[in-house]
Amino acid sequence: MLAEFPDPETLMHACAKVRDAGFTCWDAHTPFPVHGLDKAMGLKRSMVSAFVLILGLSGAAAGMLLQYWTSALAYPIVISGKPFFSWPAFVPIMFECGVLGGAIGAVLGMLLLGGLPRHHHALFNSEAFSRVSDDAFFISIEAQDPKYDAETTHAFLDGIGAQAIEKVMED
Amino acid sequence: MAHAVVADIDPIQGRTALIEGEPSFHDITEVVSAPVEWKPPLGWYIFLGASMALTSLLGVSIGWLFWEGTGIWGNNIPIAWAWPIVNFVFWVGIGHAGTLISAVLFLFRQKWRTSINRAAEAMTLFAVACALIFPGIHIGRPWLPYWMMPIPNQMGMWPQFRSPLMWDVFAVSIYGTVSLVFWYVGLIPDLATMRDRSTTKIRRLAYGFFALGWRGSFRQWLHYEKAYLMLAGLATPLVLSVHSVVSFDFAVSQLPGWHTTIFPPYFVAGAIFSGLAMVITLMVICRKVFKMEHIINLLHFDRMAKLILLTGTLVGFAYSMEFFIAWYGGNTYELFAFTNRAGGPFAWAYWTMIFCNVVTPQIFWWKKARTHMGILFVASIFINIGMWFERFVIVVTSLHADFLPSSWDYYRPTFWDFATFAGSFGLFFTLFTLFVRFLPMVAMAEVKSVLPQAHVHNRPE
Repeated sequence: MLAEFPDPETLMHACAKVRDAGFTCWDAHTPFPVHGLDKAMGLKRSMVSAFVLILGLSGAAAGMLLQYWTSALAYPIVISGKPFFSWPAFVPIMFECGVLGGAIGAVLGMLLLGGLPRHHHALFNSEAFSRVSDDAFFISIEAQDPKYDAETTHAFLDGIGAQAIEKVMED
Repeated sequence: MAHAVVADIDPIQGRTALIEGEPSFHDITEVVSAPVEWKPPLGWYIFLGASMALTSLLGVSIGWLFWEGTGIWGNNIPIAWAWPIVNFVFWVGIGHAGTLISAVLFLFRQKWRTSINRAAEAMTLFAVACALIFPGIHIGRPWLPYWMMPIPNQMGMWPQFRSPLMWDVFAVSIYGTVSLVFWYVGLIPDLATMRDRSTTKIRRLAYGFFALGWRGSFRQWLHYEKAYLMLAGLATPLVLSVHSVVSFDFAVSQLPGWHTTIFPPYFVAGAIFSGLAMVITLMVICRKVFKMEHIINLLHFDRMAKLILLTGTLVGFAYSMEFFIAWYGGNTYELFAFTNRAGGPFAWAYWTMIFCNVVTPQIFWWKKARTHMGILFVASIFINIGMWFERFVIVVTSLHADFLPSSWDYYRPTFWDFATFAGSFGLFFTLFTLFVRFLPMVAMAEVKSVLPQAHVHNRPE
């Protein structure tokens, strides 16, 4: 069930009420990130940073290992009298590889945790929903939510300030 | 127009509104989508045609170079680096403002960045693409660039990772990659907007494919914002490191005039300086052509001009510090390199640089200059020229008179030097012209989030 709200403020208050009513399979849809909505929806902080940390450190380690292996083991050559494993000279590339790993981690984390890329979603069947990326604010409650009931949920959404409510079908 | 900077005050925050004329969310979508959805004006085709003609000049120059060899350039011994490296550093430098505006200003919570960050990031990517051409074609044996990559080969050889030139390969290519990722992540919500607005099947499929099924779900936004913050946090040290590494190409060598510890910060300040100038050059045109004067308004130019004044003054300080250290260090060769720079056969280039980079930005002490389109445009062109000359001065004047007077030489560019450099501008403008036609050039979702009505002041518990 998809309910449209007129502005970010009404949406945020409505979200707090949906959260307090105990729904679990629901979401808010906005054209831009509305700050403070994570609290109103009762969401935990994003774990994207864990991906960044792990992949960033792996990238840095891989960069250093590559240089160690090529310069000290695979192809040892004395360059300007330095030891084979002259690690200070390898720091810039280690740093760059770490940044690359972290950036890949950030994108992978965002895609995996956000469920992207995704070919289709039932919400795209709604005519009104095409304005979600323009200027419309929605709350969607899925039918599989244990607290969902076609009539009471409709009345509930109506009561928390929705200006239009529609049922969206999975094809 | 000049007083409009202070006219619109955000009624709630009491600060100057970032976007003029109190537009609604939908107005922003309409204005930004317009250039992508309308039939482009005749001027767009003319500009694209001219840019593509210049790009083909680049193709011809590179073709002739591959056929004939580096002898078609003015490069000689001792000036073996010459224009290709000058152009490389010039373009990489321009490619710094995009990430500065997107990442550094994001971390400093400078919300005015939202109007210009998309276009600046695109500019960064295209500038880095132009930059990467030059070291690639400068190596003289264009069939061997894979020697710079750590890939197993039949010779059993590996790159020499103690060389700053190898650091440079990694720094610039990773910078290009991360900038591309950063730019694309920022584009996803706006691509979804273009998908939802599309009227034809092809547009819907094309934008839909790259929007990855984005549906503005707040659970997506939560991870998205975190990822964006993380990318900004990663890109900030990256942008500072890239030009530092470029400067190591020079600073780690033994040549007087290059071998100085001031180079990394001096190069970074110069890079941001030149990049901001290029952003101003492009934005003065774009806002006019695409009627976005209220989104990219005088406030944005005012602040960019202040950053130019700051970085320009830093660059000026670096110039004088180099001279001071050359004298104070007491090294004869170093002192000669600098007196020769300012008074030798390339003095004309040195003083052009000083005029463009140190004198020109001083006009931005005046607010009138910071908010006058004509002055901004002319000054930004001067700075672009000056920053090209800075690299010319560093590369050529240091090389032309090294330790052995018998091998001193003068440098004169050839037609093909000019053709290749002009051609790289063609490539840059071709890519940028296509960008403004096919992708939203302002980050819509971000601009919407800084409008006054986007803030929720009375938050629920």
